[in-house]
Amino acid sequence: MSDTLTNRATPDAATQLDIYRRMIRIERNDDLTRQQIRRGRITAPYYSARGQECIPSAISVLLNDDDKICTIYRGIHDMVAKDMPLRPLWAEICGRVDGTCKGKGGPMHLTHPETGVMVTTGIVGSSMPIANGFGWAALLDGTKQVTVAYFGDGASNIGAFHEALNLASVWKLPVIFVCQNNGFAEHTRYENGTSVDLIAKRAAGYGMPGYTVDGNDPLDVYAHAHAAIERARAGEGPTLLECKTFRFMGHVFGDNDAYMTKEEKAAAIEADPLPRFRQKLIDDGVASAEDLDALTARIEAEVNDAIDFAMACEFPSDDELRRDVFAEEIAAKEIYA
Amino acid sequence: MSTDTLEAPVIETVKMNGLQAINAALFEAMEADPKVLVLGEDIADNEGGGVVGVTRGLSSKFGTLRVRSTPISEQAIMGAAIGAAMAGYKPVAEIMLMNFTTVAMDMIVNHAAKLRFMSGGQSQVPLVIRTLTGAGNQTAGQHADFYEAWFAHTAGIKVVIPWTPADMKGLYLSAIQDPDPVIIIESGKTLFVPMDVPVNQGPIPLGKANVVMPGTDLTIVSYGQMMFTVMQAVEELTAAGVSVEVVDLRTISPWDKETVLTSAEKTGRLLVVHEAGRNFGPGAEIAATAQEALFGKLKAPVGRLGAPYCAVPFAKKLEDAYLVQPPEIVAEAKRLAAMG
Repeated sequence: MSDTLTNRATPDAATQLDIYRRMIRIERNDDLTRQQIRRGRITAPYYSARGQECIPSAISVLLNDDDKICTIYRGIHDMVAKDMPLRPLWAEICGRVDGTCKGKGGPMHLTHPETGVMVTTGIVGSSMPIANGFGWAALLDGTKQVTVAYFGDGASNIGAFHEALNLASVWKLPVIFVCQNNGFAEHTRYENGTSVDLIAKRAAGYGMPGYTVDGNDPLDVYAHAHAAIERARAGEGPTLLECKTFRFMGHVFGDNDAYMTKEEKAAAIEADPLPRFRQKLIDDGVASAEDLDALTARIEAEVNDAIDFAMACEFPSDDELRRDVFAEEIAAKEIYA
Repeated sequence: MSTDTLEAPVIETVKMNGLQAINAALFEAMEADPKVLVLGEDIADNEGGGVVGVTRGLSSKFGTLRVRSTPISEQAIMGAAIGAAMAGYKPVAEIMLMNFTTVAMDMIVNHAAKLRFMSGGQSQVPLVIRTLTGAGNQTAGQHADFYEAWFAHTAGIKVVIPWTPADMKGLYLSAIQDPDPVIIIESGKTLFVPMDVPVNQGPIPLGKANVVMPGTDLTIVSYGQMMFTVMQAVEELTAAGVSVEVVDLRTISPWDKETVLTSAEKTGRLLVVHEAGRNFGPGAEIAATAQEALFGKLKAPVGRLGAPYCAVPFAKKLEDAYLVQPPEIVAEAKRLAAMG
């Protein structure tokens, strides 16, 4: 059994709307990214997180700007949820010099410290050990800062996961380990690669709470993230959240997703958390349909502006190959001919 | 090994070995800068202050939040060091033995070395990786390897292998304040042989080789504990009338091309001696660079001595055969000196 949450926090109306705003921001951004790839306007490997919107959205409303995230190649939704500005994000996706990483990281490796996006790694499982370092720094600094390490279900089978959870627990680090369990490690079905039925059970082996959360229910994610963040800020140590979800677009966009059945994919898309949460907000009187349509239109305009901005940016000059290897720019040029 | 081969005339010195010198460097750095941290297996005083005692006394003085013993989890050690470094700290992470860096290669190579570049300069990873290795103690194939070429081949990480205790202190002081990741390889018996260290030994810049002794017939470049072997050979060569200029490289990457090439051009002959395997070893890089820069100016092809293509063996007899020994250096130096 994974642990059961006893004291469930509920987001107020404004917070629910903010969660929805972040979800729509992810969805519009994702949809338009895929559109740009289909139209041949950008060439980039793209790992869509369509279907996983509500996990980082319901977590990010609980995070401050200076709280940090370490995420993975399928993590653009985590950044968008953390309110990373879209212009530099898009410039990076397009490999332009005005991108967050001057075009040297690309869509799998964005960094934006101003919004707490510290590391985006292309190596499965590597977000977790590094997140611990930010947690250690927060203890040394005496802040209440927390770090969220995002990863997928496949990453819970790599050694780094086990080493990181053990160390975080021994050191009581303010780190939240958030597994976005979409049921597939690349093309491998969950049960063919993972020894336990619930990843949250693994928390018991590391002496920390572990919760299995409905990753398609923003209120469930919020309640569990709230408890985990409170615990971390109170100096009580890390928590493992397993948020169960489904990715609609396969592993890498454009892949042949023969490894999933048509039925399960159709059922997942049918249960799309976005329209469901929208309807709930309307039913609960949190917002009107018109308000939400206007929000969507505003966000779509923001994404389109970012795309236009990125397309107009320059590509980096070849000099960039010699820069940022070390702090001294000359080092790479003069010492390593 | 006599102590009169130290580079500079020293006014006031104290005898200490390498581990005392590193210990002193860590104390000074931690005292001067509250951002300096130390972590690794068994490094705090409760756990003995490190496998050979390099970190002894640090946790008692600076507390276990800054001087943290870790589980046996090399990926977790490097990850915590990387994150803390990116958050503004200067961690010194011990990977007990160099062979164990292989367990943490993802963190070192994919993350520590590349995050500055891949983030377009936004991320800084100012960490020091301390690790120990070297054949000669019958620890066999998984406790004695030199992998400096792996790290030197990876863009974004500096590689240092000091020989003398004075250099250790000075290079550590520089490495800790360096804004980029630096791996310092503590080379076998260099930790245990006492030599003179200037009382106020300050930082020694990374990337600068040391001309240990001047000569005219041949340049020998080496580093780490192999310097002891080279110096033995040089005594014999000197007695035989071969004048050798000895260069201790100290930093493997970025290596001091200027000093090495200037010396090789002056003597006309170059021999590189290292403990790592000869195949694809640092000697290949140095020899190729010398050939490119000094084609037509050298009197002999560049010589390379290193370990054979095998794992480090256990049996003492085999281990002695594995390591480059003074007679091999003497023979190769004489062969080169006779050419041209």
